[in-house]
Amino acid sequence: MIFVGVLIIFPLAWTLYLSLTDSQGSVRAATEFIGLQNYLTVLSDTERFWPAVGRTLAFTGAALAFEVVLGMGVALLLWRPFRGEKWVRVAILLPLVATPVAVGMMWRLIFDPNIGFANQLLGAVGIPPQPWLSGQDTALGTTIFMDVWQWTPMVVLILLAGLTSLSDEPDEAARVDGANAFQRFFYITLPLMMPTVIVAILLRGIDALKTFDILYATKGKGGGSFHEVETLNVYAYGLSFDYNQYGLSSAVLILFFMIIIGSMWLLTMRKKAVSK
Amino acid sequence: MTVITDSAATATDKHAPRRRKPLATRAYKVFRVVALIVVVLFLLAPLFWMLLASLKTNVDIYDTGKAFLFSPTFENYANVLQRNNYFVFIVNSFWVAFVSTALSIVLGVPAAYAMSRFTMHRSALVVLMARVIPGVSLLVPWYYVFSNLRMVGKFEVLILSHMFVALPLIVYIMMSYFDSLPLELEESAEVDGLTPIGAFRLITLPLAVSGIATAGILSFIFSWNNFMFALVLSGAKTKTLPVAIFDFVSYASIDWGGLMAAATVVTIPIMIIALFTQKYIVSGLTAGATKG
Repeated sequence: MIFVGVLIIFPLAWTLYLSLTDSQGSVRAATEFIGLQNYLTVLSDTERFWPAVGRTLAFTGAALAFEVVLGMGVALLLWRPFRGEKWVRVAILLPLVATPVAVGMMWRLIFDPNIGFANQLLGAVGIPPQPWLSGQDTALGTTIFMDVWQWTPMVVLILLAGLTSLSDEPDEAARVDGANAFQRFFYITLPLMMPTVIVAILLRGIDALKTFDILYATKGKGGGSFHEVETLNVYAYGLSFDYNQYGLSSAVLILFFMIIIGSMWLLTMRKKAVSK
Repeated sequence: MTVITDSAATATDKHAPRRRKPLATRAYKVFRVVALIVVVLFLLAPLFWMLLASLKTNVDIYDTGKAFLFSPTFENYANVLQRNNYFVFIVNSFWVAFVSTALSIVLGVPAAYAMSRFTMHRSALVVLMARVIPGVSLLVPWYYVFSNLRMVGKFEVLILSHMFVALPLIVYIMMSYFDSLPLELEESAEVDGLTPIGAFRLITLPLAVSGIATAGILSFIFSWNNFMFALVLSGAKTKTLPVAIFDFVSYASIDWGGLMAAATVVTIPIMIIALFTQKYIVSGLTAGATKG
């Protein structure tokens, strides 16, 4: 218990402390207390910080939207038992456990503008080749696609667990009353599933906000040479370990932490409202 | 969900009309099969492509005409394993994942039990916080401490850092597992003269084995896959597989065949583990998701 406390409380407190100092360069260098200076610097930084906030939210929002809609679709397909179910489950499990860095490398090859399979596939149906990860405007979208590939299965599993625990009666009753499949889904199943959907959004959202591995593995330091995929986590990591700006990066982290807590709090409120 | 319910469902299928009518129409059935095939293809094709590329020479990779037809070679694997010393990284990864998981279980399971039984809600909140904190903000303070102690690059540090992730995960899963075990068993054990600790050791713990397996497997996978902590805290001797793969691309031109072989080497073990422990992984990932 104490151990858990030490693991969690100490780093947070230390980050908070660092964010109020001018710590940089060597970790052994003397630091001075400079109050909220770092926060002012970060909050007035429209070059890196605010775009990173935007990218973080865009990445998370888009990935979540796709993952929840696709995840719900696939979960519904898997809901009723069928032959070959076992194989589909295996297929769903594999992306989920694959090492994100390796996955990033895999996509780098597939999305390579010259030799990648993605452009070959597009070429086969007559679409001109895309720059994917190397394009300034397409990189973020491509990483969102990767996230959707890897993590939609997670949403499927959570939603499927929710679907399986639903009672059949409301659905049956609606069927007897002559409701069609769409009506039954939108008026019966979806409202009943809302708490589970919010849990899925909550769990996946936290991880999506913190995405680091695939971004760093595909675009490297600073989220690429134009910071195309630099989210808050990548930015904070870069400040700390590529540029040793510990004070500044701590301020970014505290703000980032507040964003995460804030969005979680909003969702939990929403969930309470739905569950009532 | 399990194999048993599957076969039970198909058995009733053949003989009697099912209790729950399927979503019936023929059109839907066809649609469902097609949709599922698309889903499976979408999920597996990239992995398959990675495997194919790892068996090609770099010349074949650059030749788009040889997408599927080529003479396979194990040269890339031989290179990766021998020249680039991947055996060492595999052992490192395994060791770090194994020790951090084992230690987290020893510490986390009793903690989860205490939280579940004595309803310590505030500590549960702390555990949840651990899932929320960005990895970097755990990393910065520990990096500070350990580099001042000149310990960065040692196994102990890496293992400890992986426990930041493993411990909250294990506590979280085990808490929801202990919550689902009936309290009466322990109460009757205590009536029969066991101490609370004895009841935990002799009654609850054996019942919790599958929960512990779930938590352990997941924590092992997360540790195996962990990139950021190892990137900062591992040294030349303690480098783990994800970092080794990342280093592969820091040179000017990418050796795609080797890179894909390395990526396959890191993912295959974890996928095999996942295939055999599927049931546990699913129950662990969805722990606490449905009860609200």
